[in-house]
Amino acid sequence: MKQDSELAIRVRNMSRTFGDKLAVDQLDLDIPKGTIYGFLGPNGCGKSTSIRMLTGLLTPTSGDIRVLGYELPRQAELLRTRIGYMTQKFSLYETLSVRENLDFVGQIYSLGRQQRRQRIDELLRLYSLGDHQKQMAGSLSGGQKQRLALAAATLHHPDLLFLDEPTSAVDPENRREFWERLFDLCHQGTTILVSTHYMDEAERCHALAILEDGVKRADGSPDQLMQDMGARVFEVSGDDLRALKTRLINQPQVISAAQLGTRLRVLVRKSEPQPQQWLQQQLLNQTSEEVRPSLEDVFVSCTGGHHV
Amino acid sequence: MSELGNSLSRTLAIIIKELRQLSRDRMTFALILMIPMVQLILFGYAINTDVRHIEVGVVDLSQSSWSRELLRVTAATQAVDFHHSYGSVQEAEQAITRGEVKAVLYLPADLPERLVVHPSFTGQGQTSRQPALTPAVGQWLVDGSDTLVASSIRGLRTLPLDEVAGRPHNPALPVLEVVQYFNAEQRSVVNIVPGLLAIILTMTMILFTSAAIVREREHGNMEFLITTPVKPLELMIGKITPYMLVGILQISIILTMGHLVFDVPIRGSALNILGSALLFIAASLTLGLVISTIARTQLQAMQMTIFILLPSILLSGFMFPYDAMPEPAQYIAEALPATHFIRLIRGVVLREAQISDMPADAIWLALFALGGLLVAAKRFHKQLE
Ligand SMILES: Nc1ncnc2c1ncn2[C@@H]1O[C@H](COP(=O)(O)OP(=O)(O)OP(=O)(O)O)[C@@H](O)[C@H]1O
Ligand SMILES: [Mg+2]
Repeated sequence: MKQDSELAIRVRNMSRTFGDKLAVDQLDLDIPKGTIYGFLGPNGCGKSTSIRMLTGLLTPTSGDIRVLGYELPRQAELLRTRIGYMTQKFSLYETLSVRENLDFVGQIYSLGRQQRRQRIDELLRLYSLGDHQKQMAGSLSGGQKQRLALAAATLHHPDLLFLDEPTSAVDPENRREFWERLFDLCHQGTTILVSTHYMDEAERCHALAILEDGVKRADGSPDQLMQDMGARVFEVSGDDLRALKTRLINQPQVISAAQLGTRLRVLVRKSEPQPQQWLQQQLLNQTSEEVRPSLEDVFVSCTGGHHV
Repeated sequence: MSELGNSLSRTLAIIIKELRQLSRDRMTFALILMIPMVQLILFGYAINTDVRHIEVGVVDLSQSSWSRELLRVTAATQAVDFHHSYGSVQEAEQAITRGEVKAVLYLPADLPERLVVHPSFTGQGQTSRQPALTPAVGQWLVDGSDTLVASSIRGLRTLPLDEVAGRPHNPALPVLEVVQYFNAEQRSVVNIVPGLLAIILTMTMILFTSAAIVREREHGNMEFLITTPVKPLELMIGKITPYMLVGILQISIILTMGHLVFDVPIRGSALNILGSALLFIAASLTLGLVISTIARTQLQAMQMTIFILLPSILLSGFMFPYDAMPEPAQYIAEALPATHFIRLIRGVVLREAQISDMPADAIWLALFALGGLLVAAKRFHKQLE
């Protein structure tokens, strides 16, 4: 158990309803300072709603929220200068140029003229936006917009950075580059909370929470999650995999069976005492071998398999 | 930097941002310039039914000093200009058919005899019981195809003959005298142009700001903006300041065009005009801001604006005189900034009054603006609903 002062975010029983829809259900979080923490979950699982409550934008229906030691939503205004928020939808001004947008943000955070120019030049260089500084933000590509949004969110050197699905409009190459920047920021001491529905991204986080329907299904470091997973993973190869799959997913012991090319990836519950032998009995002329679980397997087993 | 410095920096950031966005929004920019011009011309000409300087002729068979005096008085109305003289009614009719003139004034040879028995000439116009039996002193031959010209000439029928008779105006009609002093030609456009300031400003000022907050919400900018340290009051002041400049620009356009195109006299000092305009602009802008904090979509904001605009046109004294309205309508009118502004600006522009001559209206506008700003800032929560 970490000391409270080492936690950037400490949340107990955070819930939020919209009408009679429960968007976030009794969430507990402990996010240590200086780490990259992930929210992994499908569309509509409550990632954005949780982030909005943690930034003070939404009032929780119930629960205790402490962010950087401030109690939310009561002390939200004190938190403002210490957090940065990159929204899921691009929220800078499309009819302002890249530099004008950053200039605006700099003024909003009361940076002096000299200081502002220096910082903006630095950010333009860091996020390779120098050639686009006169371009209107609305005409930037997805990746450029995302880098501009990150530059704007970090302009005032926040201690805590919220990124809501930052890479949804970005190609894999740019995504790698983006994550390099995040690790740079983390190295400089920034705590980062990032939401995503990409497994490879979640796997880069120091720790993550898997969310489904507003409920936290599991949390911990990716390795920990894979170790603690309630299932064993096998890959079956051979003939007639479609028929085998149909047969397997009707068995209570099987969480999921998904085809990957010429192999069938099968998750068998650990509650089955002899998973390997059990699976072998189900096979006809196929062979199986146990493999190392991936984060996707963790995700599938936590969320009950009905997503795959 | 001090807290005040930070606050100024944030307000300035919003102002600069708004000005930049405005300068790039060609549609809005065009509207800012076009609305006053188009409205002024539409209202100016549409309501201005009194046409002036119509080319007319005369058939003067009496050739007397009376007839010359009658022509002088008629020409002094500026409604008609006597360009041609004809020897007979037939010649005059041909001239009208040719389109040479729109109308001809026919003065018969026995004009002096007709004049002396005419009640308007003898000063008994008000008491004459049998006007139908009184022979006219002359006759207008009018090209009826142009209804506007025809109705203007018809307006000349009742020309007061006091002046021809060399008597002063009938002192029993003091109201008329006041109106004539400022608008001797009875032109409605003189009253309309200052009133039009109120209508155009209500329209544009409320329209622009009522969308100001909603638009940022709809575009998703608000989610970022409210996680920054910007305060509601800073945001509100930053939002309205650029439009103060826009309002002043529009006022200059309307008054300049009104002066050049419609000869509206500008009598008040520029300082008084600017002062009353700024008060009204501020009141309208903050009203727009309040709407903006209530509306959830730009469409709703637009509908609410029209809800304010209609009574402003109908009840503010722009269309109908305030005193002629039923009492409940007067209460509503009192609540509208436009009513107070129309009183102020008509006083300043037409009667050379000072703002200090009408303190109640000025103070009311100032309080309205201040109240609106505070309500808008209070209503604006830095939260997503
Ligand atoms: N303002 C709102 N009013 C009503 N329902 C809402 C509102 N905001 C979110 N919800 C509902 O709450 C649930 C969680 O939404 P949220 O936006 O947090 O999901 P998410 O995990 O961010 O999804 P995505 O990956 O699509 O962004 C959804 O079912 C959504 O419909
Ligand atoms: Mg979301």
